[in-house]
Amino acid sequence: MMRALRHYSSLHAQSLSSAAARLAAQPFATLLTVLVISIALALPAGLRVLVGNASAVAGSWDGAADFSAYLAAEVTVERAREIVADVERHPDVEAVRLVTRDEALADFRARSGFGEALDALDENPLPHTLVVRPASGAAGNVEGIAAALRAIDGVDLVQLDTEWVERLRALLALSVRIVDVVTAVLGLGVVLVVGNTIRLEILNRAAEIEVIKLVGGTDAFIRRPFLYLGLCYGFAGAVGAALLIVAVLALLAKPTAAVAGLYGSDFTLEGLSAADAAILFAGGALLGWAGAALATARHLRAIEPR
Amino acid sequence: MIRFENVAKRYPGGREALRGVSFHVERGEMAFLTGPSGAGKSTLLKLITLIEKPTRGTVIVNGQNTSRIARRAIPRFRQRIGIVFQDHKLLYDRSVFDNVALPLVILGLGPREIARRVRAALDQVGLLGRERHAPITLSTGEQQRVGIARAVASRPDVVVADEPTGNLDPELSLEIMRLFERFNDVGVTLLIATHALELIEPLDRRRPPLVDGMIESDTPASGQA
Repeated sequence: MMRALRHYSSLHAQSLSSAAARLAAQPFATLLTVLVISIALALPAGLRVLVGNASAVAGSWDGAADFSAYLAAEVTVERAREIVADVERHPDVEAVRLVTRDEALADFRARSGFGEALDALDENPLPHTLVVRPASGAAGNVEGIAAALRAIDGVDLVQLDTEWVERLRALLALSVRIVDVVTAVLGLGVVLVVGNTIRLEILNRAAEIEVIKLVGGTDAFIRRPFLYLGLCYGFAGAVGAALLIVAVLALLAKPTAAVAGLYGSDFTLEGLSAADAAILFAGGALLGWAGAALATARHLRAIEPR
Repeated sequence: MIRFENVAKRYPGGREALRGVSFHVERGEMAFLTGPSGAGKSTLLKLITLIEKPTRGTVIVNGQNTSRIARRAIPRFRQRIGIVFQDHKLLYDRSVFDNVALPLVILGLGPREIARRVRAALDQVGLLGRERHAPITLSTGEQQRVGIARAVASRPDVVVADEPTGNLDPELSLEIMRLFERFNDVGVTLLIATHALELIEPLDRRRPPLVDGMIESDTPASGQA
C-alpha cells in the first residue's frame, strides 16, 4: 500500500517535472501559447477587479441617501413647519431639514450662475423643500417613508435621491452578469487552446506513445504527462494574467487618482487580492487540465501500435 | 507458453496473412520462426503481442486466450512480454538508461530497483558504460542491444523478436543471436522471427517454417522436446 502510494506520487512528480522541462525546451512556442491563455484569463479576471472597484464605490452610498420632498407651491412656511414636525415623528426618519423657498432661491442664485435670469422672474418659482434623512436601519424601507410622505397633504413630489444609486447598482449587477458570461466563454476558450496544443503534442509524440503502449504502458500512464502539460500551460497562463492585471492597474492608478481628486475623493483602485489571485491560479490550472483531458480522451485512443 | 490452434488472420481488404496455423512453443524453449518475407511472420508476432486479433482460431499466450483479453487488460498482458523490433523503436529524446528503464517505470518499481535492473540488463548486452548516452550516438548493432535490454529488463515470461538482425551485418547478427541464446540459457522463452536461415542453422533450435500463411512442417531440433 505504502509502496503503491509512493510509486503513484513519484510518477506524478516525474510527470510534472518532465512537463515543465518540455515547456522550457521550446521557449518560443510555449511563450506564445501561454500569452494567449494569459490574455484569455486576464480579460475576465481584470473585468472582475474593475467591477469590484465600481461596487465598492457604489457601496459607499449604502443607506446614507437623503431624499427630498417638494411641497406644493401654495403651502405656507407655517404649514411647512407643521409637516416637518409630522415627518420627524415617523419612526424610520432620523432627521428632517426644511429648506424654505427663499433659502432655496438664494442657494440657487449663488451656485447656478443664473442670478440675472432669476431677477427677470416676477416671483420665486421654487417650493419649500424637506430634506429627509432615513434612520440608518431603514435603508430597506426608503420606499415606505416615501409613500408616507406622499400621503401628507401639501406634499407635491417626493424624489428619491437614491434612484440613481439604484440604477448604478442595477448596472453593476448587469456588469457582474456580463463578466460571468465573458468568464465562461473565455474559460471555454482556454480549454480549447490548451486542448489544441496538447492535441498537436500528442500527434508529435505518436511514435513514442506507440512504443510505450507496446511495452505495456496503461492509458493512465500515457495520459499523465499530457495532463500535467495542460496543467502547466493553464497555471503559467494564470500567472501571466495576474502580471497583466497588475500592469494594467498600475497604468490606471494615476488617471484614477486624478478623476477621484476632481470629485474630492481619495478613492484608489483595489488590486488583485490574494484570494482572487489564488482563484485565478487554481482556475487556470484546472482549465488547462480540462483542456488536456479533453484532448487525451479524444486522441490517445487513436494511436495504436501497428 | 505460446500455442496457436488453427489460427487464421484476414486483414480488412481481404489479404489473408495466416491460413490455419498451429504450433506450440514450450516454456523455456527458444524457437525460430522462419520463412520468406510476406509469409506472415510479422502477423503471427502481432497476434502474440495483441497488436492484432485472430480472425479465426485460438492464440494462447502464458495460459491466456488472447481473444478474451479486454482492451483495458492489454497493457498488463504486454507487461509480461518482451518485444524486440527490427527497427529498435527506441525513444530518441531520452538516454539509454531511460529507454531500458521504461518498462520498469511502468511496472511501478522503486528508483533503486529500477537502477539495479537497468544496469543488470545493460551489463548482459555489454553496454553498461553507455547508460548516459543518447541512443542516436550508438551504432545500429548497439541500438538493437539497447532494445533487447529493454525487452528483458522487466524479466518477462516470454520474449518475441521480429527480424532482430534485419538491419545488421552477419557478424553483428551472430552476436545478437548468441545474446538470445544466453537469455534462453537462464530460462527465458524466446520466439524469434527471421529469414536469416544461414545464421540460425548452426544454433540447432526448433524452427517452424512459415510459408504462405501456413506452417509447412515443424522441424524439431535434435535433442529437444
